[in-house]
Order: sequence, then C-alpha cells, then structure tokens
Amino acid sequence: MNKDTRKKSKADVMLIAGLAVVGIFLILYLLLFSGSGKIVEIRVDGNVIKQLPLDTDTVYDINNEYGKNRIVIENGEAYMKEADCPDGLCKNMGKISRKGQSVICLPHRLVIEIKDEQVSSDDVDVIVK
Amino acid sequence: MKRNKSGSEKNTAAFAAAYGMLTALALVFSYVESQIPAFFAVPGMKLGLTNIIVLIALYKMGAKSAMGINILRIVLVSLLFGGFSAMLYSLAGGMLSTVVMILLKKTQRFHIIAVSIAGGVSHNIGQIIVAMIVLNTSGIAWYLAVLWVSGMVSGGLIGLLGALLVKRLPDFGNR
Repeated sequence: MNKDTRKKSKADVMLIAGLAVVGIFLILYLLLFSGSGKIVEIRVDGNVIKQLPLDTDTVYDINNEYGKNRIVIENGEAYMKEADCPDGLCKNMGKISRKGQSVICLPHRLVIEIKDEQVSSDDVDVIVK
Repeated sequence: MKRNKSGSEKNTAAFAAAYGMLTALALVFSYVESQIPAFFAVPGMKLGLTNIIVLIALYKMGAKSAMGINILRIVLVSLLFGGFSAMLYSLAGGMLSTVVMILLKKTQRFHIIAVSIAGGVSHNIGQIIVAMIVLNTSGIAWYLAVLWVSGMVSGGLIGLLGALLVKRLPDFGNR
C-alpha cells in the first residue's frame, strides 16, 4: 500500500505534465482558431431546424414533444432564456458568440451552436410548426 | 492488514459491510453533488466527490469492487434522481475513468494523485463522447477543453483527499 502513496515519481510528473500540455493546447487552439461566428444554428435531435443571424436581436421559441425552450439573441450573443427541462442546466450555460460554442439542453435534445456561415439549404431539415 | 488474518468468515463479513458502506456513501456524495449544479457554469464540471469512494474502493478492496461499487452507485442514483439519459452519461464517464484508474494503478508506477487526475480527465472525456453521439454534434469541443482542465483540477483535489484517506483507513480485504 505504501507504494501507492509514496512521493511523486518520474512517471507521475510525466503523466500530469502530459495531461496539462494537452489541456493547454486544447484551450489555446480554441482561443486562437475560433473567431466569433455569424450564424446561430438550432438543432433538435441532430436536425437543423433554424438558422438565425447572430447580429440581429431575436427571440426564438421552440415547442416540441420534448418541451419548451426560449432562445434569445441579443447584442451579438445567444443564450437560453427559458426552458422547462427538469435540470435547467442550459439556462446556466451562459452566452455564446464564438464559432463552435454551443448551448445544449440535453433533456430536450436541443443544441444551439454558433456557426461561421449559412450551410446550403439542402442540408437544412426544416420542421414546420 | 492485521484484520485480514483473523478468520475468513469475519473477513467476508467485513468485506460485505465495507462494500455496502462505500456504496451508500457514494450514493450520498452523488446526491450532495447533484444539489449544487448551478455553482458551476459549465455542465459536467463538478467536484467528483464520488471519486473519493472509487479511489478508496480501488486501493482498499481491489479493482473489481471499485468497478462494482461505481456501477451500483450510478444505476441507483439514476433510478432515484435521474433518468435514462443521465445514466448513459454517468456510465460512460464512470466506467471510462474507473478503467483508466484501474489500469494506471496496476502499473504500480503512479501516485494515487496522478491516478485520480487521469481519472477525472477521462471521466469528462467519456461524458463528452456520449454527448457527441447522442446529440450528433462536434460543437462541444469547447467543453472538452474546459472539462479537461476542470477534470485535472478536481481530480487532483480528490486525489489529495483520497491519498490521506487511503493512508489512514484499514484494508477492507481484497477480492
């Protein structure tokens, strides 16, 4: 048992340093290579249901079999204003504006993601309410 | 160590009692942790209190017990407080981190804190992989970066606590 709780070894230092380097690399990569996006893409079950411009203030309501959500775009940032999911985590996920950032409401299978530009309309699977 | 030599029946009973006690403690920690979600802005970012239990089980009762207690804990917590999707996430994260910690401990080259840090990071990776599959999105790469670092920090803190406890607790018998 003492072997496991003894002082740090070389292997420990290498493992922790390796993990730290990867973590720092991940953060740097995201900070350097993800400028602010232009499009707010809303997906349910992986299907794109709506794309909204990030530079226009909008309120977008979703009401489907999973539940209700209200997405607000304000001052170039998108966030989840209201949601009737049990945990309400998505409302705490903050405001997003950088490319690749997302707000996820897991119980409602809902993803809001910032995109660089509009995808071709062929890819858009529109659900009419 | 001394206790293990006093008869196999007593040993079995002590083992069963420890198994139940650790499972119950893990349940309590899970619940306590589920009560403070708003404290951390990023979902999935958490202290990983239950990892203390997994560490103790791993170092005091062996790999099988660590895995068993963790799976029991996840299933019970999901039945009591969560749902099926919550169980998927917890299982993915919990199993991956437990496997990683078991393997690292087996090499006998790593300190318990390093084992815990690797466990914390792999827990978050497991959850993100499931989220990517369920949501069919790669847009959560952002969270990977944040959760990678938070996994290291919480894993380190939990490993520190775990090391103290493992040093002080008696052996519960190895199965």
